[in-house]
Amino acid sequence: MAETIFAPWDDPNAKPLIRFRNVTKRFGEFTAIDDLTIDIYEREFFALLGPSGCGKTTLMRMLGGFETPTEGQIELAGKDIARVPPNKRSVNMMFQSYALFPHLSIWDNIAFGLRRGRMPKAEIANRVEEMLRLTRLEKFARRKPHQISGGQRQRVALARSLAKAPTLLLLDEPLGALDKKLRQDTQFELMDIQERTGTTFVIVTHDQEEAMTVASRVAVMEDGRIVQVATPDAIYETPNSVYVADFIGDVNIIVGRADPQGDKVHLNWAEGQPKFIGTPASPFEKGQTCHYAIRPEKISISAQKPEGATNTVEGKVLDIAYLGNISTYHVELAGGQVIKAQKANNRRISRRSFTWGDQVWLSWTDTAGILLER
Amino acid sequence: MRRFALIAVPYLWLLALFLVPFIIVLKISLSDIALAIPPYTPTLDLSEGWAGIRRFFAGLDFENFRFLATDNLYWKAYLSSLQIAAVATLLTLLVGYPIAYGMARAPQEWRATLLMLVILPFWTSFLIRVYSWMGILSTEGYLNQLLIWAGLIENPLTILNTPVAVYIGIVYTYLPFMILPIYAALEKLDESLLEAAEDLGCSRLTAFWLVTVPLSKQGIIAGCFLVFIPTIGEFVIPSLLGGSRTLMIGKVLWEEFFSNRDWPVASAVAVILLLILIVPIILFQRNQQKQRETDT
Repeated sequence: MAETIFAPWDDPNAKPLIRFRNVTKRFGEFTAIDDLTIDIYEREFFALLGPSGCGKTTLMRMLGGFETPTEGQIELAGKDIARVPPNKRSVNMMFQSYALFPHLSIWDNIAFGLRRGRMPKAEIANRVEEMLRLTRLEKFARRKPHQISGGQRQRVALARSLAKAPTLLLLDEPLGALDKKLRQDTQFELMDIQERTGTTFVIVTHDQEEAMTVASRVAVMEDGRIVQVATPDAIYETPNSVYVADFIGDVNIIVGRADPQGDKVHLNWAEGQPKFIGTPASPFEKGQTCHYAIRPEKISISAQKPEGATNTVEGKVLDIAYLGNISTYHVELAGGQVIKAQKANNRRISRRSFTWGDQVWLSWTDTAGILLER
Repeated sequence: MRRFALIAVPYLWLLALFLVPFIIVLKISLSDIALAIPPYTPTLDLSEGWAGIRRFFAGLDFENFRFLATDNLYWKAYLSSLQIAAVATLLTLLVGYPIAYGMARAPQEWRATLLMLVILPFWTSFLIRVYSWMGILSTEGYLNQLLIWAGLIENPLTILNTPVAVYIGIVYTYLPFMILPIYAALEKLDESLLEAAEDLGCSRLTAFWLVTVPLSKQGIIAGCFLVFIPTIGEFVIPSLLGGSRTLMIGKVLWEEFFSNRDWPVASAVAVILLLILIVPIILFQRNQQKQRETDT
């Protein structure tokens, strides 16, 4: 699979396409981006993920040239572009609102950027037709933006921003206005187009599922800083902080004191309860406060105490959230701590093994849980 | 029945306030001047029955319209009115567009105040405002005093009673009618469209020509008609500021009516003026219709 081979960030000789070097952006008193340094490589599908107000849009607008950094440099292919205006850089942006020109047809919208250069007419026509084919919009070329659906408008915006074959394409919440089903289909389409054109994509999103699906690497942001940059699976399996673990997917966080035992750490989380054993993300000292993060789907539920499991704990079913394919069980432990565990509904609901108030055993392996400092 | 009542209200309004007066004016324009009260013949006398009605219609003719065609004063006045209206509309657009643009780009909290300032002159009587322009533009007026004081000129300029004064008066009076529709169009303009244009390789100026101007087109058209249509028939401004040298059909009409007391010819002038105005009014309505269609 190409996905596994493609990892220029692990290659010390690879030259990044974009380099943010100690970039700070302040709006008056407010610091939107705080001393940020990051490398993005060619052909990457890079996702900036974070809650609203975390600075991800500001970061993207600096790449597009709509904001200039207060301090620091932004390099594109080795050149400092921090002060280059948007019309002078080979970066195009797909706007959240799509920003299609309402007075122009779909065809003219796509041709708009091409006409600004010195491209001959025939070549422009060829390029527009190519873009229309790529986004399957041939039938709508003569229509105006208000005469097509939201999904089609999204594709026009994509075609228009790709028409000039930019070195870097920025996507600002590109799928935010689409409904869930269409969004999922479009995610795969986006990945497909990215792969076929070989363009570097930087996407801004607050939807973690979207970031996980499309991106080669995800940067999780908080208050103008990047908390973690990693591949989607690394972000999910080995988050470096409670913030990241909590932001991506569902997680149980159990706070306790560390007790290192070889390469594992035992967690003392409540008086008179068995210790939990997990893999530490960083070295811990004895007695240090630590957070045990474990995903609900990695915990199994059984009626009897399972034999040979590393971590077992008894509890009572407090609540069941039925989601169709899976159910999330909220299990209250002896100390009052509630742990979420997920179980696939591979039987019909009437034959469900556990119900409210049942005593159950939860168990998981020592590699399932990860220990975090903060 | 209720639907009929709803439609009937505007139609009755139109009938009572437009169609009936128009028919009266049309009738007078087909009559002959007479030394009587009212100063024209024939008048409809229903007491004579059918014969009276027939005599009434027999007395009507197109003589006044033929007279308008033969005397070149009238068509010169029409042409000059159209020309003055066209030039004044263009000048109003040139002054009004930047103001509307500035207002639409002003911070949100300022816009209501700016809008208020544009409408504010309407709180004073139109006549008083035109008279005060006489005080500003006359040879001893404030403008000349200021220019002489500033040392820019030595002898006062003659502005009052020239076409320049008429243009100043028209631009000043009709500016809000130009600003408001353009402002309405520009305010709706999505800022990200301009960013998209820049992103796709436009400079600020080309983005303005290729995005801002086309998207405010309907506001420009509406504003131009709102200035052009009433300016053609304008009477107060040319007679107060333009002096005897400015020829406009509104002034001619006034003189026929009040100085010559020739109601039939004055009515004929008014009927022709209305026919001339119908063309831009229909075009204006089309533009409004189109705007409604694109908005939905």
